[in-house]
Amino acid sequence: MNGESFRSGLKDGIPIALGYFAVSFTFGIMAVSAGLTVWQAVLISLTNLTSAGQFAGLEIIAAGGSYLEMALTQLIINLRYCLMSFSLSQKLTRGCARGHRFAVAFGITDEIFGISASREGRISPYYNYGAMCVAIPGWTLGTLAGAVSGNLLPEFALSALGVAIYGMFLAVIIPPAKHSRAVLGVVFGAMAVSCLFAYVPVLRQVSSGFAIIITTLLVAGAAAYFCPVAEDDPEKAGNFSKQNDE
Amino acid sequence: MNHNVYIYIFVMAVVTYLIRMLPITLIKKDIASPFIRSFLYYVPYACLAAMTFPAILSATDSVISAAAGFAAALIAAFKEKSLVTVALLACLAVFVVERVLMVL
Repeated sequence: MNGESFRSGLKDGIPIALGYFAVSFTFGIMAVSAGLTVWQAVLISLTNLTSAGQFAGLEIIAAGGSYLEMALTQLIINLRYCLMSFSLSQKLTRGCARGHRFAVAFGITDEIFGISASREGRISPYYNYGAMCVAIPGWTLGTLAGAVSGNLLPEFALSALGVAIYGMFLAVIIPPAKHSRAVLGVVFGAMAVSCLFAYVPVLRQVSSGFAIIITTLLVAGAAAYFCPVAEDDPEKAGNFSKQNDE
Repeated sequence: MNHNVYIYIFVMAVVTYLIRMLPITLIKKDIASPFIRSFLYYVPYACLAAMTFPAILSATDSVISAAAGFAAALIAAFKEKSLVTVALLACLAVFVVERVLMVL
């Protein structure tokens, strides 16, 4: 039973691992060009297992930001995992031991949450372990490969790879924005506010980490106030499903 | 850098793990407040959008190629292509535009 769950987790985790390899390859390149060693880049990926948080963290390390700024940035950017963790707490098999919960928690990413949430009925922690067993090596080895080969890649390739992570972010936020005017408003509202922090004289002094935190709090807060999510939908919130359509 | 890289990594890892670990181990009930639920729902969109723009414009060697990459990613994402496809198309657009710019 556990073995079966583990194997189906492995199988579902393979496409995730391939995608992770590609993105963390870019992370490895950027980490090394920001001045980190190969080992430090790999250590970040192995211990964090998150894309947006790591890229933001890299900026803060490169800019020499404070540890508090680092902690707050990670908190805000990774707050979505909190929602997914809530959702998974209801989804795991009843009586699932706390030890399993501690272990499953480490593997809560957008994608692993996505496959576990889409399984019917309750899930065994071994399903998540199976997915983590391929996804974590994919993410970590991709970082290693990028960090090692970053110096070998020609300048034009590095320049082109620079937009990869932003492409991924857009692939996450644009499709739901098509289906929900509220999400569309949030996406363009947040871009507009972050432009203020990038170009308006006094606001430009705010460091990039805090600019992201303030923008997120303002825009998500305003959206939650003016367009609260429908009552019966929140379970799906972490799934980026369509909501709030008039 | 006068900060220790390992302390940065430690802070990142601990904060990220705590966010993932606390709800699944401690809380068995649903969040009651509609405001907080809605807020948590909108957070990833606001956060990823803020991180993407205008930062993407300075991600490549020229603003023009970056804008091309942004446009390509927007179109591909709008057509609901997979994450990796959108990312690769954005890179490809940057690559092509930079070649064209060199010729001009």
